[in-house]
Parts: sequence; structure tokens; C-alpha cells
Amino acid sequence: MVNVGIEFKDDYCLITVDGEVDASSSIYLDEAMHRAVESNTKKILVDCKNLRYISSAGLGVFMSYIQELENKQIKLVLFNMNSKVYKVFEILGLHQLLTIVSTEEEAKVLSDEL
Amino acid sequence: MQSIRDFIYNTLQHYDISEVELSQMVLAVDEVCANLMIHSHQCNPKESLELVIVVKDKESVTFEIRDKGAGFNIKNYKEPCLEQIIREKKKGGIGLLLVKRIMDHIEFSYNAKTSRNIYRLHKMINIQQNQTQPPPK
Repeated sequence: MVNVGIEFKDDYCLITVDGEVDASSSIYLDEAMHRAVESNTKKILVDCKNLRYISSAGLGVFMSYIQELENKQIKLVLFNMNSKVYKVFEILGLHQLLTIVSTEEEAKVLSDEL
Repeated sequence: MQSIRDFIYNTLQHYDISEVELSQMVLAVDEVCANLMIHSHQCNPKESLELVIVVKDKESVTFEIRDKGAGFNIKNYKEPCLEQIIREKKKGGIGLLLVKRIMDHIEFSYNAKTSRNIYRLHKMINIQQNQTQPPPK
């Protein structure tokens, strides 16, 4: 089970992921990413504080937007990720293709700079 | 999916396996089961899988997944190119890559007697029975 929230702030879009993202629940993350990318925002921040598990289906969601984010010049930053979940990104080298930082503050600063 | 992950956690929690290693093994088994459910069983809830976990000589864990679906020789799986997946905006295709990176050995076989495919995932690991485990009743 997963709860994915989406909030449109002043100058960025905040997605919060709470629970486990697997083959059966990754569609909710995909819907939120789709809404964010289709909005006019130029920055998407993803709070992974309560993301307890991610499988390839969840990784696949982020991967499938990399090209579109680049084309639309939208910055994506993931933050608050626990070490077990981070390790899954690391296994495939996705930690180098996506921007992952520790805190929301860092994510905000970095999304301004990217 | 959740019940498979819970079964693995509950079975292996009595062994002194690091959380990261345990969570990676859970992920690998989850990936194989998800692949079978989607591709071999077309998400039919009436189909079933069997999962057997064998902890051997405190040095390895073997997960044996058995099913009656269309068999897939996991050993013939060719690693995809990540850059190509990103270019083509694909959402799938990396599950078995994770399995190969996490596990030490992967086998596929077919048991004609039971008409079952057998997917065996093997992980070498230094494990000890957890001292805090309550004695069996």
C-alpha cells in the first residue's frame, strides 16, 4: 500500500510518498509524477521520508520521466530517503542519474541551482 | 506482493542478517514473483506461486519459487541498456537486472513429475541464529 500526495507550492511541486511502491502500487507514483510534469512547475521535489520500500516498478517510474524532465527543463530532486531505499537506487547506478539529497532544505537550494 | 515480502521477513528475522542484505533479498524475490504474476500468469488472481526458503549451513539462503505458468529461463535474460530504457521512456525491464545484481546464483529448471517451473535464487551470506530468539515451544 502507498499514499502519494501532491502539493503545488509557490515555486515548486512537492510529492510525498508514504508506504511501499511495488508492481501493484507504482501506478499512484506514476500518476503524481505525470500531474507534476504536466503542470507548469519547473521544480519537482519528492519527499521519501515515509517511503519504506521500492521495487523496480517504482524505479521505472522515475526513469521513465528523466527524458521528459530534461526536454521540459524541469528539475527533479528526491530527499529524506532511508538507506535501504537509497541502496536500491545505487544497485542500478540511478543515484548518479537522479538527484538525491538528505533534507528538504538541501533539495530546495539544489533545485534552484540545477 | 506484500504477503510474500512479509513471509520472507518473518522467516529470516530470527537470523542475524543485516537489514540491508535482508531487504535486498526480499526485493529480489519480489521482482521474480512480480514478473511471474504479470508475464506468466497475466495477473490472474486464481493462479498461485509456492515459495520455499532454505537456510543452509549458516552460509547461504536459497529461495525456491515454483509455479505452473509459462516457464521463463531466467538464465537467458540479457541485461538491458539503462540509457536505452531512459531514451525510450520505458517503465519496466529492470527488475531482473536487480535480481542478477543482488543474488549470487540463479537457476531455472522444470520438474516434469510435478509439472512445475522452479526458479532458484541463491545468496551466499554469513549468518548466525539470533541469540535473542525465543526457544521453540
